Amino acid sequence: VSTPTAVVPGLTAARSPRKLTVAQRTLATDLRVLVVRRATVPLVEVRLRVPFAGRPADHSAKAAVLAETLLSGTAELSTVDIAAALQEIGGSLNVGADPDRLLVSGNALAAGLPRLLEILDAVLTGAAYPMEDVVGERERLVERLHIARSQPGVVAREALLGRMYGDHPYAREIPEPAAVAAVTRAQLRSLHRSRVVPAGSTLVIVGDVSPGRVLDRAEATLSGWDSAAKPQAAPRLPKLETGPVLLVDRPGAVQSNIRLGGAALPRRDPQYAAMQLANMIYGGYFSSRLVENIREDKGYTYSPHSVIEHSSAGSALVMEADVATEVTAPALLELRYELGRMATLPVDAAELESARQYAIGTLALSTATQAGLASTLTSVLASGVDVEWLREHTARLGAVTVSDVQQQSARFLAPSALATVVVGDASATGLALSTLDEVRTQ
Amino acid sequence: VKIPSMSYPVERTTLGNGLRVVISPDRAAPVIAVAAYYDVGIRSEPEGRTGFAHLFEHLMFQGSATLEKLAHFRYVQSSGGVFNGSTHLDYTNYFEALPSNALERALFLEADRMRSPRITEENLANQLAVVKEEIRVNVLNQPYGAFPWLTLPPVMFDTFANGHNGYGDFVDLESATVQDAASFFERYYAPANAVLSVGGDLDPDETLAMIERHYGDIPGRAAPRRPDFAEPDLTGERRVRQVDALAPSPAVALAWRVPDPADLAAYLPYVVLAEVLTDGDSSRLRQRLVQGDRIVTSLSGYLGFMGDPFDVRDPTALLLSAHHPQGVAVDRVIAGIDEELRRLADDGLVAGELARVQAKIAAHALRGVDSVLGRTLAMATAEQQRGRAELVGELPGLIAAVDGAAVVAAAARLVPPRRAVLELAAGGAQ
Repeated sequence: VSTPTAVVPGLTAARSPRKLTVAQRTLATDLRVLVVRRATVPLVEVRLRVPFAGRPADHSAKAAVLAETLLSGTAELSTVDIAAALQEIGGSLNVGADPDRLLVSGNALAAGLPRLLEILDAVLTGAAYPMEDVVGERERLVERLHIARSQPGVVAREALLGRMYGDHPYAREIPEPAAVAAVTRAQLRSLHRSRVVPAGSTLVIVGDVSPGRVLDRAEATLSGWDSAAKPQAAPRLPKLETGPVLLVDRPGAVQSNIRLGGAALPRRDPQYAAMQLANMIYGGYFSSRLVENIREDKGYTYSPHSVIEHSSAGSALVMEADVATEVTAPALLELRYELGRMATLPVDAAELESARQYAIGTLALSTATQAGLASTLTSVLASGVDVEWLREHTARLGAVTVSDVQQQSARFLAPSALATVVVGDASATGLALSTLDEVRTQ
Repeated sequence: VKIPSMSYPVERTTLGNGLRVVISPDRAAPVIAVAAYYDVGIRSEPEGRTGFAHLFEHLMFQGSATLEKLAHFRYVQSSGGVFNGSTHLDYTNYFEALPSNALERALFLEADRMRSPRITEENLANQLAVVKEEIRVNVLNQPYGAFPWLTLPPVMFDTFANGHNGYGDFVDLESATVQDAASFFERYYAPANAVLSVGGDLDPDETLAMIERHYGDIPGRAAPRRPDFAEPDLTGERRVRQVDALAPSPAVALAWRVPDPADLAAYLPYVVLAEVLTDGDSSRLRQRLVQGDRIVTSLSGYLGFMGDPFDVRDPTALLLSAHHPQGVAVDRVIAGIDEELRRLADDGLVAGELARVQAKIAAHALRGVDSVLGRTLAMATAEQQRGRAELVGELPGLIAAVDGAAVVAAAARLVPPRRAVLELAAGGAQ
């Protein structure tokens, strides 16, 4: 692209984002509480992350039902009472489970924070899992899982995770409907007692609040949530078998969902910033090689992308492209061509600079809102690094060189380092795919 | 808990070529946002050209007066920013959020395509292919993908403008020409048909000088007259059943016309009503259909076919949509909704119900404008449709002032003869 750069205004001197000041306290119960004052709107955001890894085959099913019923009442309060109490403070609470954690996300008008903490304490210490709600929510979850599994993106996600993780719990991110249907109230109560515990848990609060007072309030309100139980660690990841292309047949599909997956560096690794930028240049933003090639040049797809996902047992690189059925094999060829180019040749200095500025700028954008900062802090802390990591990451991105990027690309973006899954019409795509690689149809 | 409001500073001006400008400084973070809103959307598409407003939105990213293809993306992102555009029933927008040191660059990039996009046969063919993949991923290869935002309007409305498929039929999209695009641009993308909204870490006077510098010499041309899209209300129930070949279980959506959003006093009670009915486990329809009868697995209620009550003009609707298991007859679901509406209309709200729903809507509105980008976009719509960017800060207070009797009166208007019903049959049921 050659544009007369003289006409495009240059950048003026950058203003640094304000320093991130975090007040924190670890309570006697081992719950870690972090508070940031951000008075941009008179609201407050809350994230409680409870480590929730588990080995049994039905763990993710139990975790999913627990997430649906944690707010279904206590000895004193019904589902409706809890929901109404939240509405009164302009608030809401949502509970989600994945193979690593239970996450309670909430928000409210800032003046409602004490009440929000009381409601949180009430369910953490006294969730009753009433029989009727357990049965109702279990049925609904089964029905919703059937709907989810009719979506090609979910089918592809499940196939890729199975391929990457085999028997590891990370392969069971989306629980089996049959396992969900079998979850009992007694199991939920037992799981709550042993796993919904403060040890290893983190409470992040960001908003129009006074951090010192909020720490005191959180301590006073939540000190009754106590337990001697400790969280479990996720099992070690199996070695990735890149194997043949897995083709999941979806007869008549007008699109194919191509997924590639492999390992990635965790945030705590000193080379993480280099890997982050390598991924960005490949397919991590719009100005990436992948988007410019298979969307803006060839029109094969709408929104191809490549992301790094962080989990406690290891981070992953996941690439996604939903392409027209008739260009399935040509699109996979281009995905792999661009990978090979990353793995074997240095990137341009200008490409690196663009990715670097994008990574720095979007970090500032995503932490400029209460909700964005609360979520970012929560996930950063979950990867085993501290708040300091967030403060220093801009400098780390600033120091990455072309050679750093190439080293990480050769390790992680090599076509040979990634497993491939395609969900699509096997009769229309199988033959062409088999000209590129060995294909196993399922 | 008292409902707070916000007061955001707004400076407005109109350039010589008719471009309306709103500027709202906020120094909290070193971030700015720029948004250009054109007063043309899906409703203005010519017959035989369904989906054209959206296809044209894609073409606006393909190069401009001084910028080659790909340059826009690269300039924004290499400056540390994000961009996007979107096509709605009543407007099309283009926007960027960037570190504040890129303000003038962002204004230049937006102005350059208001001056003239580069629309070529090659770019048209490329973006036609991309748009088809977008429609496949979101609709054709996706269970419930068109439900109900594309499938309910043709049940409710009679005119092409209000009822047609805004994503577009492939036949229509394939018929689009470079000449169509040039005429569309000439007609609808006049400076006088646009609002430019700029917010964040900026000095208003300096910003206005930059805007004059980059936009001031774009030649003015007359803004098109916005057609009257009004249609009469329904006088008898309309009901259509459609099979979704990919859906594993059925769903149903109901819609009733609501007052013109321009008349906020008449419109806001319906905004509150939608939340009384469907927000959270304490809402009336969730209590009744999800927890009580257990005949619905998920439920939503909202104003505007695209889900935002404050970005749409008349005619529009209140929608209720529910997913239910195959074994549950759709009439049971509808009967439950009717009973709850009648109960609300007859017996009124219970103590505390209005206040808590108002608090919830106010907090939701405030959350939406916490980001500079979210606020800049909301101000652009409010300025374009109401001449009142300040509305984004005032909304919580206006919601808090809605009278309970008006909400009950709104519920009494949601009667069977005034509604359009779309039943989605599960073609993918096992």
